[in-house]
Amino acid sequence: MKILVCVTSVPDTTTKITFTGNNTKFNKAGVQFITGPYDDYALARAVELKEKLGASVTVFNVGEADAEPVIRKCLAIGADDAIRVNAEPIDAYFVAEQIAAVAKETPYDLILMGRESIDYNGGQVHGIVGEMLGIPSISPVMRLDVEGTTAKMTREIEGGKEDIEAQLPLVLGCQEPIAEWKIPNMRGIMTARTKPLKIIQPAGQDSLTAVANYEMPAPRGAVKMIPADEAETLIKLLRTEAKVI
Amino acid sequence: MSVLIFAELDEGKLKKSSQEAIFYGSKVAGMMGTSATAVVIGAADQSELATAGRFGATKVLHATDAKLNEPNGMAYASVVAAAAQQEGAKVVVLAKSSLGDAMAARLAGKLKAGLAPNVIELPDLSSGFRVKTSIYTGKAFAFNELKADVKILAIKKNTIATEETDATATVENFAPSLNDADFALRVTNTEKATGDVLLPEADLVVSAGRGMKGPENWGIVEDLAKALHAATACSKPVSDLDWRPHHEHVGQTGIKVSPNLYIAAGISGAIQHLAGVNSSKVIVVINKDPDAPFFKSADYGIVGDVFEVLPKLTKAVQAL
Ligand SMILES: Cc1cc2nc3c(=O)[nH]c(=O)nc-3n(C[C@H](O)[C@H](O)[C@H](O)COP(=O)(O)OP(=O)(O)OC[C@H]3O[C@@H](n4cnc5c(N)ncnc54)[C@H](O)[C@@H]3O)c2cc1C
Ligand SMILES: Cc1cc2nc3c(=O)[nH]c(=O)nc-3n(C[C@H](O)[C@H](O)[C@H](O)COP(=O)(O)OP(=O)(O)OC[C@H]3O[C@@H](n4cnc5c(N)ncnc54)[C@H](O)[C@@H]3O)c2cc1C
Repeated sequence: MKILVCVTSVPDTTTKITFTGNNTKFNKAGVQFITGPYDDYALARAVELKEKLGASVTVFNVGEADAEPVIRKCLAIGADDAIRVNAEPIDAYFVAEQIAAVAKETPYDLILMGRESIDYNGGQVHGIVGEMLGIPSISPVMRLDVEGTTAKMTREIEGGKEDIEAQLPLVLGCQEPIAEWKIPNMRGIMTARTKPLKIIQPAGQDSLTAVANYEMPAPRGAVKMIPADEAETLIKLLRTEAKVI
Repeated sequence: MSVLIFAELDEGKLKKSSQEAIFYGSKVAGMMGTSATAVVIGAADQSELATAGRFGATKVLHATDAKLNEPNGMAYASVVAAAAQQEGAKVVVLAKSSLGDAMAARLAGKLKAGLAPNVIELPDLSSGFRVKTSIYTGKAFAFNELKADVKILAIKKNTIATEETDATATVENFAPSLNDADFALRVTNTEKATGDVLLPEADLVVSAGRGMKGPENWGIVEDLAKALHAATACSKPVSDLDWRPHHEHVGQTGIKVSPNLYIAAGISGAIQHLAGVNSSKVIVVINKDPDAPFFKSADYGIVGDVFEVLPKLTKAVQAL
């Protein structure tokens, strides 16, 4: 079985987001980059499937050289090799085009992604890739087992979940509790240094969207504190002042 | 040339988020000097479909093939693509939801469209087609220029205030040919909470965290939610510990909500939690620790014990 895991290099979840250049550029100064948390779940499950069933796991990223620490970490966690498309990931369609191009050349049984990136929160790349390859896309997937050529999955739906079976190949957007996040061990970190990382040029240059500029949300007003022994006052204020109930 | 809106049904009724999408689409149609057509898939009464007119749609295309009775992102995307072709639509609007997300992506692939997820305002058409979207899980906004011929807008829930008229929409049957490949998934089991207010659609949310000490204490959270007719939600550790089902987990790695009122009880207010709830209109925080970070992001706060405060609030709501 061949598994492709697509990962993003994104600002740590505790990052205070700021912009420079008159709000036209994300300010990378002092920002710690991490593997997208959902992508991390996808990778962890891929490595588990490899250990259980035997599989090759390839990590895939569209990004510039500064994404390499994240890619190396994925190799340290247990992926076998990696591909980086050397380009700024302009938008979801462009990223999907790169993944589809690679998957057309080398067919994968499973293309695992995160349910969404935590920067643009599109939740789109898996569906576009599925469409481009003419195969099903399923997201968000909370459980994945493979028996022969059949994948058995649980997908979250609004207010519940459903069990799904489908034939490989598939594109999946993953989320917890599909697997536990894995932390690389010393041996993994050592071997990761020599695992192959192929750098390729982008296929196609479609750019269907562009961000003109950014804006920060207006800060919330000061908090109004209500003494605990007058808690019922809150309900009055919610009705008469905030007018939300 | 019309603007096309996909409107989702829940038990035969148009979802509130879909009413918002129809209203949004009809406003865009107005700006572009054209009309708004809604596509509805699945069984529903003609009278219910005609209510799409109240929110600005002039026409409803109704696809009723029995194969489409269960929501299916891939098949629904094919139906909407066929409708877009029939109507010559260059703008497709839908509400962001688990179904909407799946459809938007497949549609973008089919139509080679420029896609804007998490749209929160009407577009600016003064030079090109620019929309404001929420990014970094609500920590910032981006003004996104859609350069492709076809544009898809996924509207964030509860950010567009609708207005209603008493117009009705005409309803036409729509029966495009279906593609077998879109029915490749076999759903073997579905578990869905019934009767409760669905969290992603809720106007009011009562959420609780590890401060509740254990799942056996959730009764007082549910009582307040019931009194307010609110949905219940929880922090990530609470769903990780299996105190509550996973679909109630809100935050950066959970559901993003933007209700009118978000009440957080016994939640510390970690940045990852805030990311999923910070676009709520009014935030109430109840925490026994006066230094809990959540108070900095709240509109109203009570320093106190949830086990005393929540029942008091429930009583006060019941007395309204
Ligand atoms: C400097 C800079 C500027 C950018 N400007 C824009 C912009 O203007 N508009 C815009 O939409 N995006 C922009 N991005 C790209 C953004 O970071 C995303 O990578 C890309 O847009 C996909 O976002 P999404 O939220 O739609 O992905 P989603 O659909 O939410 O992602 C789902 C999954 O797809 C996979 N995936 C997503 N992106 C990649 C990737 N790059 N490599 C490998 N796998 C991936 C991951 O598994 C992810 O979990 C920019 C990035 C950088 C570094
Ligand atoms: C990559 C990543 C992603 C994450 N994503 C999410 C996410 O999506 N959503 C999320 O919620 N978290 C997320 N987290 C976890 C987050 O960092 C916090 O750990 C979590 O939100 C804390 O949950 P909590 O507030 O319920 O618990 P705690 O932090 O333990 O807080 C409990 C609070 O209850 C108060 N309390 C205790 N007893 C009482 C009482 N009797 N009365 C009143 N108050 C009381 C305490 O003062 C405390 O403030 C993520 C973390 C990481 C690293």
